Amino acid sequence: PDVKRGNYGSVRDSDLATFERLLPGRVLTDSLDGYNTDWLKTCRGASQVVLRPKSTEEVSAILKYCNEKKLAVVPQGGNTGLVGGSVSVFDEIVISTQLMNSIISLDEISGTLVCQAGCVLASLEDYLSNHKLTIPVDLGAKGSCHIGGNVATNAGGVRLLRYGSLHGNVLGLEAVLANGEVVDCLSTLRKDNTGYDLKQLFIGSEGTLGIITAVSLNCPQKPEAVSVAFLGCESFQSVLDIFKESRQKLGEVLSAFEFMDSQTMTVAKENLKLRSPIEDYPFYVLIETSGSNGSHDEEKLSQFLEHVMGTGIVQDGTVATEPTKIQNIWSMRERIAEGLMHDGYCYKYDVSLPLQSFYGLVEAMRERMGTMVTRVIGYGHVGDGNLHLNLTSPEYSTEVMDKIEPFLYDWVANHKGSISAEHGLGFKKKNFIYHSKSKSAVRLMKDIKHTFDPNMILNPYKVLPDF
Amino acid sequence: MSGFRILVGCKRVIDYAVKVRVKPDKTGVVTEGVKHSMNPFDEIAVEEAVRMKEKKLASEIIAVSCGPQQCQETLRTALAMGVDRAIHVITEPKEYESMQPIHVSKILSKIATEEKADLVIVGKQAIDDDCNQTGQMTASLLDWPQATFASKIEKSNGDLSVMREIDGGLETIKVKVPAVLTSDLRLNEPRYATLPNIMKAKKKPLVTKKPSDYGVDITPRQEIVSVEDPPVRQAGQKVESVEELVTKLKEAGLV
Repeated sequence: PDVKRGNYGSVRDSDLATFERLLPGRVLTDSLDGYNTDWLKTCRGASQVVLRPKSTEEVSAILKYCNEKKLAVVPQGGNTGLVGGSVSVFDEIVISTQLMNSIISLDEISGTLVCQAGCVLASLEDYLSNHKLTIPVDLGAKGSCHIGGNVATNAGGVRLLRYGSLHGNVLGLEAVLANGEVVDCLSTLRKDNTGYDLKQLFIGSEGTLGIITAVSLNCPQKPEAVSVAFLGCESFQSVLDIFKESRQKLGEVLSAFEFMDSQTMTVAKENLKLRSPIEDYPFYVLIETSGSNGSHDEEKLSQFLEHVMGTGIVQDGTVATEPTKIQNIWSMRERIAEGLMHDGYCYKYDVSLPLQSFYGLVEAMRERMGTMVTRVIGYGHVGDGNLHLNLTSPEYSTEVMDKIEPFLYDWVANHKGSISAEHGLGFKKKNFIYHSKSKSAVRLMKDIKHTFDPNMILNPYKVLPDF
Repeated sequence: MSGFRILVGCKRVIDYAVKVRVKPDKTGVVTEGVKHSMNPFDEIAVEEAVRMKEKKLASEIIAVSCGPQQCQETLRTALAMGVDRAIHVITEPKEYESMQPIHVSKILSKIATEEKADLVIVGKQAIDDDCNQTGQMTASLLDWPQATFASKIEKSNGDLSVMREIDGGLETIKVKVPAVLTSDLRLNEPRYATLPNIMKAKKKPLVTKKPSDYGVDITPRQEIVSVEDPPVRQAGQKVESVEELVTKLKEAGLV
């Protein structure tokens, strides 16, 4: 709407020639639709050029050149971001990590994986599982997202509950600054307190402070035994009671705790034609346990389930240890975003809220929007206090959008939550940063951005409000 | 007339979602530490039996599984789905490796006779060996009619009307009871075992027997010579990118 193109250069033939020289055969100027449209099909950029480097050196050369010519760029991984952060707004050059997909090394003893930023998450998981290891982050987009993008957005996912965030699991990274300078913080050491921990700045910076080209990850052991329980209950309070019980009784083997309301289940049934393992209930909980000893975990889970059924906080449920059944149950939760697309346009929100007011937002939005929208659904990582709230309508409507925003963000701010728990700010949410961060904090962020990227060529119009 | 007594065969196989690996010595596939579950077609058989009981066409369901100790987990799943009692015919893991449909069908037919079963329902084939023999052999040993690849089973004046999936399409036949049926994919969608039933299943009877209890000799009649991976797909060109693929396809006149 009111975004103005920055004072950047435009790509000329001479620039194209230079790019072609630096990356022979890997400069695209045709059929760029896939690169210009985000996954949700809500943002379309007008990039004319896509560059596909294979190495850090190439990224460095490209950025050095772009910085000199003041050409804006947008780093892009798997393009699965949900806040319009991975596509251009005007004609920024797309720098894709698609071809930077080599695994550099794996230390099996410490579980340290070093790889290029363009490795697809699911491929890394496949590779690691041969060595009895697993990646510490897991999300629905794993078939397409790149690890570099995950790190740049500090992706959360369903296993944050167990393994913590990327801020803790990334041991090191290598990034290229706007001027082409390569910052090598690719340490593989578990502990290294020597100076300011620069990598933390890049993690979650959404491509605005540098382009991450390689990552060093601390990978946990792949659990031998995984069980999944899918439970139905009467109210959101029951969801919280079940959570409390699982923390106490399942303790260290709890690896995921997700919830869905009945409207979410309707999306799974109607749009994706999936079958619910149990009858209809107002709320559903998906609990996963992972451990090194199957019988130990199953015993714990069995006792836990008997307890919650006995006390009546759970009305019904099913439990599975077989991989096929586990996949089926997880897909009900993981494919919801895909299912929502069938409705037409999806207004997607990802907020952090204190658990007491958690579901209140869904109810408030449902009441406020009434029949203006097809549905209002709530689901997500309740174990992390992270709600995924989605509204859908057949087509985009400014009327609907204006009724949702800023009301939703104000509500979140009033309840001391975060307007973006894990999706980041990207393009869509940058103007609401003050709902969750103070003016002085944002001022410091702007100073840092200025230090890292004086010409502001890295992913402009994103993350921070205009300045 | 009281309902049928149904015998259901449940084979424990490597789970469908697991990537199967050949053992380095080529004598078989790796099963140690690998996730197993009930053969999907047997799950469908169990589901059908349970539905018949819910419709009061059947009055008792007995599940049978042949194999090592872990088969009891498979039987517990069947019990949790609604089966009344289970029989585990235990064998040593080594013996199990060489167990064939001929052995299983001899055991099933003996049990069917002993338990006075009216129907024997098994999956059309197991997803590990794809033999598709047990149902047919069992029918032959019992001298009972067989209705295989069933995609619909209905009662028809004391007999059964069964719709079968065949190469040409669908065929409906009438079988007199007692009979052997084998279940095909479209017969039904098996239920998930729900918690109350999982707990009830723990108390349902599960007896352990040996093949010798049924007078069946499970000495192998076949010898596995070697098990190998399928050949790696040869030919094909590797291209650097989707764009190159499109170019090559255009060049070959395929697009």
